[in-house]
Amino acid sequence: MTKLSKPNASGNGLTESVNKPINRKSFFKFAGAGAALTTLLISGCNDDDDGKFNGVVDTPPTTGTGAVSLGSGDVGILNYAYALEQLEAAFYTQVVATKFSGMTALETSIFTDIRDHEIAHREFFKAAITAAAPTAIIPALTPDFSSINFGDRNAVLTAAKTFEDLGVTAYNGAGKLLTNPDFLTIAGKIVSVEARHAAEIADLISNGTFANTANNANGFDDAKMPSEVLAAAKSFIKETIDFSKLPTS
Amino acid sequence: MNIYNLLTQIEKADPEIYERLDSRRAVFKHFAGFGKKLAATAIPLAFGAMLNKAYGQTTTRSVTDVLKFAYLLENLEAEFYKQAAATDIFASAAGKGAFETIRNHEVAHVNFLKGALGADAPTYTADSFDFDAKGALGGMTFKDYPTMLAVAQAFEDTGVRAYKGQAAFLISNNDVLQAALQIHSVEARHAAHIRRMRRDFAAAPADQKPWITGKDRGGLPALVQAIYDGEEATTQAGVKITGTFGGISISDAAASEAFDETLSTEQIQAIVTPFLKN
Repeated sequence: MTKLSKPNASGNGLTESVNKPINRKSFFKFAGAGAALTTLLISGCNDDDDGKFNGVVDTPPTTGTGAVSLGSGDVGILNYAYALEQLEAAFYTQVVATKFSGMTALETSIFTDIRDHEIAHREFFKAAITAAAPTAIIPALTPDFSSINFGDRNAVLTAAKTFEDLGVTAYNGAGKLLTNPDFLTIAGKIVSVEARHAAEIADLISNGTFANTANNANGFDDAKMPSEVLAAAKSFIKETIDFSKLPTS
Repeated sequence: MNIYNLLTQIEKADPEIYERLDSRRAVFKHFAGFGKKLAATAIPLAFGAMLNKAYGQTTTRSVTDVLKFAYLLENLEAEFYKQAAATDIFASAAGKGAFETIRNHEVAHVNFLKGALGADAPTYTADSFDFDAKGALGGMTFKDYPTMLAVAQAFEDTGVRAYKGQAAFLISNNDVLQAALQIHSVEARHAAHIRRMRRDFAAAPADQKPWITGKDRGGLPALVQAIYDGEEATTQAGVKITGTFGGISISDAAASEAFDETLSTEQIQAIVTPFLKN
């Protein structure tokens, strides 16, 4: 691996040429390309980025008695997103598995689609964080949906709206905490799908309320910091989430 | 280190590598032969230049550049919804109400961006835009309800991809980045509702969804295909999204729906140019 990570042994500038464009476009894109390239790129991150990535790898999460540390830096933010996606995926898995009375075919189709999207998001983060920082990824969380009556349409839609709006505000608030533009782009690819979910769920509750969250002076959706988001989410997660090492600006 | 092997590795992670390279595709596909003809010391340079073309940004975008670009797109949308909401061709009062809601958001976005740009804000009026897309819509944009909904969907789905593609240029400015993200998710909410309106009005295929499946343009004319090309991606950042997880199978369709894709500045410009008078 050492040999493969140093293709530039002859001093011909290859490492420099190869690393820079790839880092700019996407670290994760190539993280699964194979051991040789992964090693090459991790070395590239250490050289070209701000060092936070490397710092996170060296900081194992606290996984003691029911406490889960998200860690720090960009990987901490990715773990934060992974935690929220775990929550959403588990929620919709149960919605579809224990359908409320009178769920229409259209509603079934919508909930099944959203379930699949959230599972896709969850599994994406799981694979991507594992590839990039295997010692820093948080474990599978234990959802606590005991407060939600899955047999009641209104209860399910209300919870769904809560989760979707929370997800949108979480991504909107966390974007600025990322230092790697490629991670920001990935987060952007996900947040608009969460916003599409949020709009559809709101419309299922009351048609026309798809963007009532933006009925303010600027026509903006909310943006919330991890502390606010996790305070709202904590009753749905059995573990205690330690976000104290996350970046705050 | 064999450069051709490296290229093969990249191709495994990014099957679109050759498409990214576009005009240099032929060169790249024959890289093995190409390499033999070059002096060993020249290969890294050529290789680096090629990767730069594939993955580098073609232009550097300043925060002001991005704000100006967003300002153009928001003006386009705001002017469209002003005229659309003023028509009487809606199928329902709810439909008209939704257009008024969206109009208000787009006007608010325009005003916000105008304030952010200050003296750098260009002047746009209704005359700045051609909502008939140089005759492509047959003068029906504000006369035929399905056409009006189709144009709205095209603008909203474009807006989502446009903001998404620009976000990385704003990473150095937390305030502007966050504002852009807060607008971006609202555009996605609009897009979802317009797609729902088309589904409910049966102007679109019956399986029209609030999210984008593959690169399906949902019954819109072929001239808007560029808005949807690339949305069919089922691999994100080197991670294959499809598979079976806990007994639940994630199909290609679901994998593509779960992630909206970016479009570059150049791609967005090509999409909106028919709607600009100048």
